Amino acid sequence: MCGIVGLYLKNPALESQLGALFEPMLIAMTDRGPDSAGFAIYGDEVADGCKLTLRHENPEYDWEALAEAARAELNAEVSWFQNATVAVFKMHCNAETATAFMAEKAADVMVLSAGHSIEILKEVGLPEQIAGTFNLKGMKGTHIIGHTRMATESAVTMAGSHPFSTGEDLCLVHNGSLSNHNRLRLELKRQGIHFETENDSEVAAGYLMHRLQEGDSLTEALENALTALDGFFTFTIGTRDGFAVVRDPIACKPAVLAETDDYVAMASEYQALTTLPGIENARVWEPEAARVYVWERS
Amino acid sequence: MKTLDLATTTLRDINQALHDQAAECTEREWRITGAKGDHNLACGLDAALSIDIVGHAGYYCAGMNKKAHVVVHGNAGQGVAENMMSGSVRVKGQASQSAGATAHGGLLVIEGDAGARCGISLKGAEIVVGGSVGHMSCFMAQAGALVVCGDAGDALGDSLYETRIFVKGTVASLGADCIQKEMRPEHIEYLTDLLNRAGINEDASAFKRYGSARNLYNFKVDNVSAY
Repeated sequence: MCGIVGLYLKNPALESQLGALFEPMLIAMTDRGPDSAGFAIYGDEVADGCKLTLRHENPEYDWEALAEAARAELNAEVSWFQNATVAVFKMHCNAETATAFMAEKAADVMVLSAGHSIEILKEVGLPEQIAGTFNLKGMKGTHIIGHTRMATESAVTMAGSHPFSTGEDLCLVHNGSLSNHNRLRLELKRQGIHFETENDSEVAAGYLMHRLQEGDSLTEALENALTALDGFFTFTIGTRDGFAVVRDPIACKPAVLAETDDYVAMASEYQALTTLPGIENARVWEPEAARVYVWERS
Repeated sequence: MKTLDLATTTLRDINQALHDQAAECTEREWRITGAKGDHNLACGLDAALSIDIVGHAGYYCAGMNKKAHVVVHGNAGQGVAENMMSGSVRVKGQASQSAGATAHGGLLVIEGDAGARCGISLKGAEIVVGGSVGHMSCFMAQAGALVVCGDAGDALGDSLYETRIFVKGTVASLGADCIQKEMRPEHIEYLTDLLNRAGINEDASAFKRYGSARNLYNFKVDNVSAY
């Protein structure tokens, strides 16, 4: 069992409150996932260059030394800030170059996300502690998706914590379990998709990345996922401009959607939506099985 | 009438207060306010109480109900009125999956839509849905009735035993061994009575009836060579 939550703002006036609106949603799903928690927030866009969220086992890690090495090696401007256990690097180069640099020069640094807009923050522990660690309630942005994990398929580790990202600005949170992930991972590796873990959910993120690289729209990629992925899933997906929800054809794993003029919100259970403004009058419904729901900024 | 608010009284205390009425009934009418998707509200009741739940209920609301009449003034999560024995449960909004699962008796009315697996393994209760139901509704249902005023999703009545199914709208697909059957006068009479009891204003003659073809009841001798 896991809890997943997402909030996509339609009203830009709420962007400064994104973290504050989202924090109680994440914490409300503690009962479904007390092992680890994380979230992917979209905002503070780096249009010219890229943004990486990085983590190191050593809390005293010298991020400035890494930034200096990157400046020298890539001949690019690099600025960074630290948020608890992670550092966010903004770099004047493309994400591919930046991640290649990290893999080569700082192999012990874990790249949690790469893109223009995405920041992934995740830890092992209770959702409330993790929200506090990263000061979630102070965060701004356009959309955010989160996960509270009760591990079933793999261990309670950072590697198994969601959200998973396998491509620029793409991330996925998953409630369920996939049964054909090993075979699919092998096929995707042959197609050049890189995986960090043995986790089943990461394969779903990798599959979507592969489909998007092949030219699928987000909707097409998710429709293809419905046939390619075998198992139980409710997914919530974030892209640079979009937000999507899809459930497998059996639809055992729960999901509730709510929509107002101001936002679209998704949660495993309605309890996680009760603190949102105007929820009393929101359109609240259960997403149908095997139907792709997508919201995108034009 | 006694009012209990979930903001000030714990769910455990609320359910205990309702359970206490089985030994000695001191209050017949109850109102539970402040429901925000809480699970297991008004479960396991065993007294002829009338209970209004204001707000949205979470999972298993009014599960195992006996004798009580529960109204949810909002939506209900998974398994509303699961394994109900008698009494009634009414959901003014919509219900999630497995509504009325394994229910033996009583009446479940969902004024809006119900999700997947509505009436799964139904054992004798009557379920009336004002809107539509999702896939695999009445899977392995054994007795009782399901009435759907809207449409039914895929695999309706898969592996059905003797539950009667009435659908006014379209059926996406029928499950194994579920077939459409003739709507005879006694069925119209039964359905008219059930719709009246459910307080749903529909014309029984507009419904189609579905039931078991009873082909799965017995071992087919043609398959004996497989053993």
